[in-house]
This record gives sequence, structure tokens and C-alpha cells, in this order.
Amino acid sequence: MWIYERKLEYPICVTQPDVRMARYLMAQYGGPDSELSAGVRYLTQRYTMPTNKTKGLLNDIGTEELAHWEMIGTMIYKLLKGVPVEQLEQANLGSHFTEHDHAVYPADANGVPWTAAYVQATGDPVTDLHEDMAAEQKARTTYEHLIRLSVDPGIKDALRFLREREVVHFQRFGEALNEVQEELTRKKVF
Amino acid sequence: MDPQQLQMLSEIQQLEFVAVELTLYLDTHPDEQEPLNEYNKATGQLNQLKVQYESLYGPLAVYGLSPSKYPWQWVEQPWPWDI
Ligand SMILES: [Fe+2]
Repeated sequence: MWIYERKLEYPICVTQPDVRMARYLMAQYGGPDSELSAGVRYLTQRYTMPTNKTKGLLNDIGTEELAHWEMIGTMIYKLLKGVPVEQLEQANLGSHFTEHDHAVYPADANGVPWTAAYVQATGDPVTDLHEDMAAEQKARTTYEHLIRLSVDPGIKDALRFLREREVVHFQRFGEALNEVQEELTRKKVF
Repeated sequence: MDPQQLQMLSEIQQLEFVAVELTLYLDTHPDEQEPLNEYNKATGQLNQLKVQYESLYGPLAVYGLSPSKYPWQWVEQPWPWDI
């Protein structure tokens, strides 16, 4: 069971709407390497992890990813709030408006809707943990691109926080992979 | 949201972040005493601060985690994306 806490993991201060940035941020809301993909990926893979430690880690990182997904959704919502349709059209969000108005929708920066095909769960813990480490690196790179594209200091600050979390997650997954590999060789030897 | 509430919420966010970070660390280092002490310290402070915050501004979580005054306070306060 999950309990919702009425707060963001990290505060989001947006000074003014920015449609262009809202569109780019959709990469992390509904893109292949988005926070949604991350959350679904880890919470799905956790069932078949071989050790209690790795089950716990995937459970807990997966849960944190949902908090990051909420942070990105909050940014997009705030950046689009009250923006007239003409401005949405100028920033290539006319098609978004057609289907979603000002709603926050899990699609990537090009409007491609989110799909479960972005994530894998192979049942092989070594393979799954490699995917997870790659996913954290891809998300880190995407955040670096987003930081370069952003002008609002509040958005930049929140994106730096999220980038740092990807680095920490990568580190923890690496440790989990080592543990699983040691466990597997121990089992083969004895 | 008034500045005092925002300040308190920010302190909660900071303390809980420490707890989140230490949770992930302890998942892969369960035998380390020092981070475990830090985790328990942050958890104690966090729970104290949450009780104080909730008595002033209403529950941070429902589903049985925190009680509510009348009328049901959960739907009175602004949601995180509206702050
Ligand atoms: Fe992550």
C-alpha cells in the first residue's frame, strides 16, 4: 500500500509561465527515460529480485521516482497555467491543446504518448539491474539538457536536485548489482 | 500559504530528504551503525515536526496516519501543485 503525503519531495518555485520549457519537461513526465518509466520499471521488477536487499532497494527507489514524477507534473502545470491558446500554438503545443487543453498528460516532448514498451522486466536480476543503471544515466543526461534549456532559476534549481538523485540511484543500483552477482557466484561455487 | 507554514513545510522537506537518502543508503549498507543512527535521529525530529505542523495546518497524510479536526481538513488546504 502507498500513503500519499501532501507535499513535494523538493519545493518548486516558478516565477512565470514558460510554454517552451513546459513542452521540453514533458520528456521527463511521459518520455522513454521519464520519471514515470522509472517508477513503473522498478516497482514492476522488484517482485522477481533474488535478495531482500534488492527487493527493498527497487521498492524504495521506485517510490521516490513517483515523487519525482509529481515534481515534473507540478512544473508543467505551473508553466502552462493561464497561458492563452495562441501562445501554446507558437510553442508547438497546439496539438496538445487540441487533445488535452491545459491538462498535464504523460507524453514526451514531441507529443508521443507514454507506453509500457519503454520498460522491461526480464526476470533476470542481472539484466534488469543493468537496464536500471542505464535508465538512471539516460535520465541524468536528459536533465543536463533540460538544465541548459531552462532560464527560470526555480526550475533550474529543481532540475539540479533531480539530476543529483539520478546519480545517487545509479550508485545504489551498482551496489545492488554487485551483491546479486556475488550471490550468484557463491551459489554456483558451493 | 502563509510564510510561517511554508517555512515549516520546508523544514519537513529537508528532514524527510535526509531520511529518504539514508533509506536508500541503508538498503545496500544494512550493517553500518553510523548512518543508521543518523536515520533514527532524522526520523525522530521529522515525526516531532510533523505532529507540530499538522496541529496547526491539518494532516499531511490521511488513510489513518493522522487525525483530522472538524470539518474534514484534508480538502481545505491547497494541494502541492497550487502552492
Ligand atoms: Fe532515478
